Amino acid sequence: MDGAKVKFGIVVFPGSNCDHDAYYVCKKILLQEAVFLWHKETDLRGVDAVILPGGFSYGDYLRCGAIARFSPIMQQVIRFAGEGGTVLGICNGFQILVEAGLLPGVLLRNSSLNFVCKYVHLRTENVETRFTRQCQPGEILSIPIAHGDGNYFTDDATLQRLRQNNQIVFRYCDAQGNCTDEANPNGSLENIAGIVNEQGNVLGMMPHPERASDPVLRNTDGQKIFTSVMRDVVTRSIGLEVADQSLMSAERGRRYVDG
Amino acid sequence: MAYLARIRVTLRKSILDPQGKAVEHAVLTLGFAGVSHVRMGKYIELCVDRQDKNEARRVTEDVCKKLLANPVMEDFSVELEEL
Repeated sequence: MDGAKVKFGIVVFPGSNCDHDAYYVCKKILLQEAVFLWHKETDLRGVDAVILPGGFSYGDYLRCGAIARFSPIMQQVIRFAGEGGTVLGICNGFQILVEAGLLPGVLLRNSSLNFVCKYVHLRTENVETRFTRQCQPGEILSIPIAHGDGNYFTDDATLQRLRQNNQIVFRYCDAQGNCTDEANPNGSLENIAGIVNEQGNVLGMMPHPERASDPVLRNTDGQKIFTSVMRDVVTRSIGLEVADQSLMSAERGRRYVDG
Repeated sequence: MAYLARIRVTLRKSILDPQGKAVEHAVLTLGFAGVSHVRMGKYIELCVDRQDKNEARRVTEDVCKKLLANPVMEDFSVELEEL
């Protein structure tokens, strides 16, 4: 943190293409610090949170995210995550996180075999994570997806664990919040769109919150992910869980007033 | 000693292979009857320099486990040929 600003680090792999979008949201919309971290770097430069952006790192060669996982910066990201640091993987970033073993499961080819690029509805299943505290329980967010391999899959035992630990953070749903097959854009297991690790400090999600954060686009649902992280970093730095609670209720109160 | 490793990476049986399904559909559309269970995979070749065949196999399998195949969704098989 620098003063009251949160420092986001956006990792850039050869083939990343949502890195500037993420940077723009952090820096220009949310007015925080943001730095690009080239994949060959070996220092996270003191960032508070790491973002693995969308794109096609290393051309999606072999498997999506399979090569990126071995880049020098990822060794630092893995260490950072192990120490409890905040890591957000979006789309290709999510694929990299599962390949790196920071999140369980795998992202298979979309069941339709098509690249799907459209707005989807997401039901927020867990608002007790550092990425979703700014959401209401069960809140339906409208956020776009753009991927060919977003079909989340894992074995039964892991799925059980994800459910038990409340690690499923977002599910694809319809406008009313029903998680139906029709609302599932890629064949994902149980409509899973985003999960956190057991410790709750690493989130992977296929939808692109950075594409739904600029008010000019008339949809700022995605901002809630970033502002949740910001609030989390700030409260952590002053070391008062109490402050977090009071800030939260103040924020919730304000939103109720705003309607 | 140099060995040529021929590696096949395939989706696990339990995993639906939409690509294989699409190809199977195309094959049937072409009029080839009795063709089924199409599964897609990857074929990779690499050369490995080791003392003996066992050692070469060990290294190649290690490469497969760590990079070439994702054990969550894929199986692999290795064939070695002395060069």
